[in-house]
Amino acid sequence: MSRPARLVLFLVAAAGVAALLVVAFLDLPPFGSPFHPYRDRAVAAAVAHATANVVGSVTFDQRGLDTLVEETILLGSVAGAAALLRPSKEERENTTVPEGGRVLEATKLTGYLLLPVTLLVGIDVVVHGHLTPGGGFQGGVLLGTAVHLLYLTGHYRALDRVRPLPVFDSGEALGAAAFAALGIAGIIAAGAFLGNILPFGTFGELLSAGTVPVFNIAVGVEVASGVIVLLAKFLEQALRVQREAVS
Amino acid sequence: MTLYVYLVAGWLLLVGSLGIVRSRDLVHTVVCLSVAQSGTYVLLIAVGYQRGATAPVFGSTTPPSENVVDPVVQAMTLTDIVVSATVTALLLALVIQIAKRHGTLDPDHLSSLKG
Repeated sequence: MSRPARLVLFLVAAAGVAALLVVAFLDLPPFGSPFHPYRDRAVAAAVAHATANVVGSVTFDQRGLDTLVEETILLGSVAGAAALLRPSKEERENTTVPEGGRVLEATKLTGYLLLPVTLLVGIDVVVHGHLTPGGGFQGGVLLGTAVHLLYLTGHYRALDRVRPLPVFDSGEALGAAAFAALGIAGIIAAGAFLGNILPFGTFGELLSAGTVPVFNIAVGVEVASGVIVLLAKFLEQALRVQREAVS
Repeated sequence: MTLYVYLVAGWLLLVGSLGIVRSRDLVHTVVCLSVAQSGTYVLLIAVGYQRGATAPVFGSTTPPSENVVDPVVQAMTLTDIVVSATVTALLLALVIQIAKRHGTLDPDHLSSLKG
């Protein structure tokens, strides 16, 4: 189909979708209204389980099954991307990587200073996921990106040393397995898949909210490993893999 | 004007789709898909908003109350963002493969099947 024809077809369809959306939006509850029945029930359920971060409670306690599926999507797509990014037959992987061009001293300094800070913030966000905004997904991404500050400082080799990929390959699988194992432990101890098996503790304390912090840590390990594996595969494609001269 | 924020969500979806239709580069297509998907974040967060309410996170200074924005849609947005990020990664990996096999990223030049 030619480009103009495609555009016309899209505009006709988009006008239809836009009209349907406006009709649907007109029937929504008015923006900012105090009518939130799910909110009322979710807050009550979170407080009953001594979880200060209601979003964390919804994610890991009330809608745990959704999060398990979401985590499986993450695992599957990381595995899929890693499989797609393997060097193909006509390519070879260099064992040595040429050090990149010159990096500004200020960039290096910032990278080195921020590396420990970012790692600490990442761990903090994962561990306090049930008390403050954050959790395993957010903290995991922070942890995964933290080690890549080394790459920004111009040291791909250093990055290669601090992240042994097999460890993170298994870290990802272990995180996902821990989530499922906690779910099965819930069947045995609490009588429901992903049911809570730990004491709830005192509201607002570090050791509270039952299994939510444990889920946060499992997800944090999986997401951090997943981000590291993914970025490693993309970096390998850009830096290492070379197409052999086709004869 | 309570409809405005919902219209922003709809506009993001449509403008992202327009970008996909008009795309001349597959990396651009993937980014447009992310734009279209971000319309759902705006819609979900807008549905859960309440005027004058605080974040659904309690502590010593903010005792539990019902006067918070909806945490359920926020958790859904989190799921949405995670799925969007993983799909983007997978699509970009596919784009790299297409670039290697076909030597072009323009979708208009990718019409022929090639083994």
